[in-house]
Amino acid sequence: MNPYDEKHDQSQLTHEEKWIRELLRQAIPPIGNDAEPAHDLWPDMLKRLDGKAAPVPWFDWALLAGMIGVAAFVPASIPVILYYL
Amino acid sequence: MENESSDILNAFRRGSVDAFETLFRQHQRAVYGWILRIVRKPAVAEDLTVETFWRIHKAHARFEPARGFEGWARRIATHAALDWLRANRTEAALTIEGLPEPAAVQATDPAITSEIRSRTAQAFARLPVKLRIAATLALVEELPYKDVAAALGISVAAAKLRVFRALRMLRKDLEQQGIRP
Repeated sequence: MNPYDEKHDQSQLTHEEKWIRELLRQAIPPIGNDAEPAHDLWPDMLKRLDGKAAPVPWFDWALLAGMIGVAAFVPASIPVILYYL
Repeated sequence: MENESSDILNAFRRGSVDAFETLFRQHQRAVYGWILRIVRKPAVAEDLTVETFWRIHKAHARFEPARGFEGWARRIATHAALDWLRANRTEAALTIEGLPEPAAVQATDPAITSEIRSRTAQAFARLPVKLRIAATLALVEELPYKDVAAALGISVAAAKLRVFRALRMLRKDLEQQGIRP
């Protein structure tokens, strides 16, 4: 069986491969098309959307400025900074 | 689901939150179902559905209405699920929460015991993530290769190759455990 062959499909699987496929289907039940979330996810989405508007804390800006300063004055520290990022 | 009104799709592209909500409500079930097929954990699938729509929202300006929403959303959902599987390899083992237990599935071969099913699931979980997703969608969910390929952003031939490699690796793993047809 040539897996690169465009015409290769599941009907061309060997007997052993078909057996493994069957084994797989029994070990891992198909989900099918009927699954749906336990609840409406839009409220979760709204929380996520609202979160994006949160401003970056001043401390993060100070930290970033500090890191840039250290990197500018002590270039040898760049690998160390990158390591901890 | 490809026939959303072009007004909604265009409004979404321009960044309208109302249009985004409409698309979210239209597609959340399909996106959730798609992700669940890959990660097989309902709670994770819910989180990843929100993550997928978050990515969709961020990428609204790159959306091309002419190409439809569903396929685009499915590709993003696949990548979100792939990222989760890579980041949570141990948690991503195929223990299934809230889904039918393997034993409840109609057994067509009485020689396939629960122990064999369990070992098969474990062997499957050891496959590389990319191969596992392709095999899950094509072999377990029996989706057409063109759908699998489109979701993974690869050619049909490449999707078939991944399934082929997954089968080969799985067969080797099972043989090492003494499991043969």
